[in-house]
Amino acid sequence: MAYGPKIIEHYENPRNVGTFGTQKEIKERKDIGVGLVGAPECGDVMQLQLKVNEKGVIEDARFKTFGCGSAIASSSLATEWIKGRTLDEAEALKNTQIVEELSLPPVKIHCSVLAEDAVRAAIADYRRKNGLEAPAGQDAHAAPAHG
Amino acid sequence: MSATRSIYMDHAATTPCDPRVVEAMLPYFTEKFGNPGSRNHRFGWEAEEAVDEAREKVAALLGADPKEIIFTSGSTEGNNLAIKGAASIYERAPAGSAGRGHIITATHEHKATLDPCKRLQKEGFDVTFLEPPRDGVITAEMVRGAMREDTILVSIMWANNEIGTINEVPEIGALCHDRGVIFHTDATQWAGKMPTDVEEAKVDLLTLSGHKLYGPKGVGALYVRRRKPRVRLQAMIDGGGQERGFRSGTLNVTGIVGLGKACEIAAAEMGADGARLLALRRRLEQGVTSRLEVTQVNGHAERRLPHIANISFGFVEGESLMMAVKEIACSSGSACTSASLEPSYVLKALGVGDELAHSSLRLSLGRWTTEADVDFAVEKIVTSVLKLRELSPLYDMYKEGIDLSKVEWAHH
Repeated sequence: MAYGPKIIEHYENPRNVGTFGTQKEIKERKDIGVGLVGAPECGDVMQLQLKVNEKGVIEDARFKTFGCGSAIASSSLATEWIKGRTLDEAEALKNTQIVEELSLPPVKIHCSVLAEDAVRAAIADYRRKNGLEAPAGQDAHAAPAHG
Repeated sequence: MSATRSIYMDHAATTPCDPRVVEAMLPYFTEKFGNPGSRNHRFGWEAEEAVDEAREKVAALLGADPKEIIFTSGSTEGNNLAIKGAASIYERAPAGSAGRGHIITATHEHKATLDPCKRLQKEGFDVTFLEPPRDGVITAEMVRGAMREDTILVSIMWANNEIGTINEVPEIGALCHDRGVIFHTDATQWAGKMPTDVEEAKVDLLTLSGHKLYGPKGVGALYVRRRKPRVRLQAMIDGGGQERGFRSGTLNVTGIVGLGKACEIAAAEMGADGARLLALRRRLEQGVTSRLEVTQVNGHAERRLPHIANISFGFVEGESLMMAVKEIACSSGSACTSASLEPSYVLKALGVGDELAHSSLRLSLGRWTTEADVDFAVEKIVTSVLKLRELSPLYDMYKEGIDLSKVEWAHH
């Protein structure tokens, strides 16, 4: 696959790689929302963790991705974009923005969809942990994977 | 692209032409350009002589008679001609009816075998696709178990292109001859690498390709047995009746000369080459597996070609691994490197779990691969896998003792 320079750049220098703790620790922390989407047999799994402050702003984000170069680049870019945003703003992130920014080839569009899903799943997890309702008009069950 | 080191480890995809092959071919582009079909002048005779000589060299590599060699454009054509050509001669009932005959092949054959078989299936033939065991080797017992009274053709490759496993070809040949069934073997990865004797192996039809044995692309050969039994084929390309009617079309003289030379070199050098490659392959496999946990060398431990290694790495994905080891030209069973987004059907057929099938590299070594190349590749692969595992949520889970097969994944 011949990739554009932006994908390669994110792949080679991924931003915000890591976690805020083990799976067990994370489960108990109310300030952190986790999204785990994809499946190993499909060839990509993304884990996105958000650290949210009391004002509802995403203070920090971390990701780990098992997947192709575009999947890694898409998740790296997504963490960059959502940092400093409110949950509602982050939820408005669309996969098409990732496609455009990275110039993803058509066969790799699913990677951007997965990144969008990961963001939504992490936000939903945070809200669930904190007993928050999704704002009206938002798709409350958008968290799990598509199709 | 920058001038970083680049190492070619994809010889199962194609090999460079040996310079001796190119040298042999050159005169046939310019001075000796004649058409071997021109029977009444020097140019034609010269070309015909060159083709005859090449035919002898190909035959010698296989232990065949030169009259049993048909030149083709490569293995895809060879397999199509062998399988469809034999099916339409040995059919039990005419086109348009069912029950035209039974064919046996295997699920991890090359597409150039599978797709002709699938077409025949649509046209009224029954096809059994044998499922290989975990070690990837098709045995004579498996073929025997699938044989029926109406079996007309068995097509089992000599060695597999993705994992290099060697099937029980002489044993299958003996079985087929006992039962009076035509036996075709796709020897694209085998011929020129391993000693071949079509008499001993009781092969009726054998396909090979020039560019897999340091010859040019666009040329290959099909061995068609002439004695005990005399095998007949329905031609697919009709026209001037070249190649004794099996394959019309002006002969690709330059390509044929190159193929002949490549076969001659292979016959002389395969012993030494094979021993050297086997040592290199083992060095590569051991180098990688001794330094990384959760890796797997795919295919039978012993019955494998000396130059093909197929290794799966848990918790990393094949395409991103290939990007990380970009200095090494190789191929991957990863879905993301295929147009279909399906992981390797060959590894799946072997029962390699999807997550490991997504994470495999095929590294195939060749005549000019050095020990330094192998050491460089080992280092590069090990550091890349470690780096990607740092990025992998699956590796974290594994480290935390979470059973990945019990996680409820959001399938998409």
